[in-house]
Amino acid sequence: MNIHEYQAKQIFAKYNVPTPRGIIANTPDEAVRNAETLGGSIWVVKAQIHAGGRGLGGGVKLAKSHDEVRALATEILGMTLVTHQTGPEGKLVQKVYIEEGANIKDELYLGVVLDRAREMPIIMASTEGGMAIEDVAHDTPEKILKIAVDPAIGFQGFHGRELAFGLGISDKNEQKKIIKFAHSLYNLYMENDAEMIEINPLIKTADGDFLALDGKMGFDDSALGRHPDIEDMRDISEEDADEREAAQYGLSYIALDGEIGCMVNGAGLAMGTMDTINYMGGTPANFLDVGGSANAETVAKGFDIILKNPNVKAIFVNIFGGIVRCDRIANGILEATKITDVRVPVIVRLDGTNAPEAAEILKNANIDNVIAATDLADGAAKAVEAAKKA
Amino acid sequence: MSILVNKDTKVIVQGFTGKEGSFHAEQCLAYGTKIVGGVTPNKGGQTHLGQPVFNTVADAVKTTGATVSMIFVPPAFVADAVMEAAAAGIELAVIITEGAPVRDMQAAKAFAVKHSMKTIGPNCPGVITAEECKIGIMPGMIFKKGNVGLISKSGTLTYEGANQVCSEGFGISTAVGIGGDPIIGLSYKQLLPMFEADPETKAIVMIGEIGGDLEIQAAAYIKENITKPVVAFIAGQTAPAGKRMGHAGAIVSGGAGTAKEKMEALEAAGVTVVVSPADIGKAVAKVMGK
Repeated sequence: MNIHEYQAKQIFAKYNVPTPRGIIANTPDEAVRNAETLGGSIWVVKAQIHAGGRGLGGGVKLAKSHDEVRALATEILGMTLVTHQTGPEGKLVQKVYIEEGANIKDELYLGVVLDRAREMPIIMASTEGGMAIEDVAHDTPEKILKIAVDPAIGFQGFHGRELAFGLGISDKNEQKKIIKFAHSLYNLYMENDAEMIEINPLIKTADGDFLALDGKMGFDDSALGRHPDIEDMRDISEEDADEREAAQYGLSYIALDGEIGCMVNGAGLAMGTMDTINYMGGTPANFLDVGGSANAETVAKGFDIILKNPNVKAIFVNIFGGIVRCDRIANGILEATKITDVRVPVIVRLDGTNAPEAAEILKNANIDNVIAATDLADGAAKAVEAAKKA
Repeated sequence: MSILVNKDTKVIVQGFTGKEGSFHAEQCLAYGTKIVGGVTPNKGGQTHLGQPVFNTVADAVKTTGATVSMIFVPPAFVADAVMEAAAAGIELAVIITEGAPVRDMQAAKAFAVKHSMKTIGPNCPGVITAEECKIGIMPGMIFKKGNVGLISKSGTLTYEGANQVCSEGFGISTAVGIGGDPIIGLSYKQLLPMFEADPETKAIVMIGEIGGDLEIQAAAYIKENITKPVVAFIAGQTAPAGKRMGHAGAIVSGGAGTAKEKMEALEAAGVTVVVSPADIGKAVAKVMGK
């Protein structure tokens, strides 16, 4: 689960990770009031959406008067912001963060993520702040510091020294500040089951202070149960409505831009089915894992969600029944075609336990748009053909 | 021969009397697995599925001599269960549960390694030595005995692959579902040498997916150390970047962990890489010289 920048900064504050002062606003009036409360003469008006690249997309702007704060908040609130991370459809901006202007001397990068190869968190840091870290990693990998911290010992002095010297910070006072900053960030990461924290840029001010100018945080979905305060920060308007609806029924759904709807049990086979459709010259319309216990209700829900996509010209149901018997799934599919109006051809491949009985059930039902397939290759080929005819 | 488990392996079940644990333990017993007991705190002394229940893993190990534990406890208790097994001297823990927090698994695995306990999973179908010992949730009847070893991150692709191998007239020595979480126990790199050393295994199927770099590590290992033919499939060639595809670890982040880079690395290591999982069986037949 991801959260907004302003929420990340609320968590930073709890951990004494310094940030510029800021207040969230839902309306231009609130934005102006916030600027008045903050004082000063320069403010930044920042669109709050769950995507990077907001600045380039026109969602982060500098205001030098209260009137400008109002004008910019009016412009940004309600705009559909398109960045390299939102996709072409963009995201609607519903909140703006009003932040005091900062006196930037240097821009750094600091993050904490899980290093899957080392199986422990790493602190990532770079002097190349303000740029996409993927680009820095690609073009100048030597400019990225990676410091693994074994949770068994936690953040130690040597980790801090490696960081400070690695970033070329020579002033002793500044070294202390950046080490404390990183230590707090590591604690925040561990204590909240974060999946990733990214501060880009982390700025050094003219006074030698370090401030988190931005903040991006994601959390381990499996651990949210023990962090109700973080779960409360969920903004459902940032999540895909269809994916969310599917999840409520225990289905894992992701929309794609092809023509063949897929309903599969198991994430690996679901991806493998998409790959096979692609290999055979078709295009998958979605990823959909119906989970281990496919029944009439979940299959019907699956059809509903797949068919919401107007591009779908055929559906390929690919189930490898293990513990779940195929004859039950076949009945489930027939039941589902009664519950929901399936307007496109449905190619059904059921393999595993009681597959012959399942084939018999589908054959006897004799429904026009339900086509039986013998195996994965056969099913994918029939689905591609059906989509081409449509 | 086979790897990891065989007909003599003594197994206990943690979370033995729960719904999932009971159902699958019963299926494993029916398959012929030597389940010699189980652990459910405060139910010690009872009998379940004809086997003794213990309060602790230490008690179970002491009384039964079990060396393997199959873990079905709820996600929040997985790390505790794994560490209990390691502390009690269990040699291999097979973790079936899905949804254990990553931070917990990090700590549990580090502790297991310290105690020389191997782990498989979490969020996996388990391990099966065909017609001898099934420790997990896979449908036993599709695994006919034979000479192909199988390693897979995905449950249903394990079944798909094994089914194709058997349809081509071959069979499975041992199949290991390693799971698709960000932190897992035994992986390709540890299992490949076991299959290489196993005289019964003549060829190896490895099924991977997007995310992480375990398949890349495997490719490097295969190039230097594996003489037996390897067939591989990597799921998620058509998956969009930045999206988590069902498994917690199946995500291309920052442009890394793509199917393409994994397929290329495996091909460069001399592995037969198939583009569709529908071709796994045929590719195995080819490398087996049929």
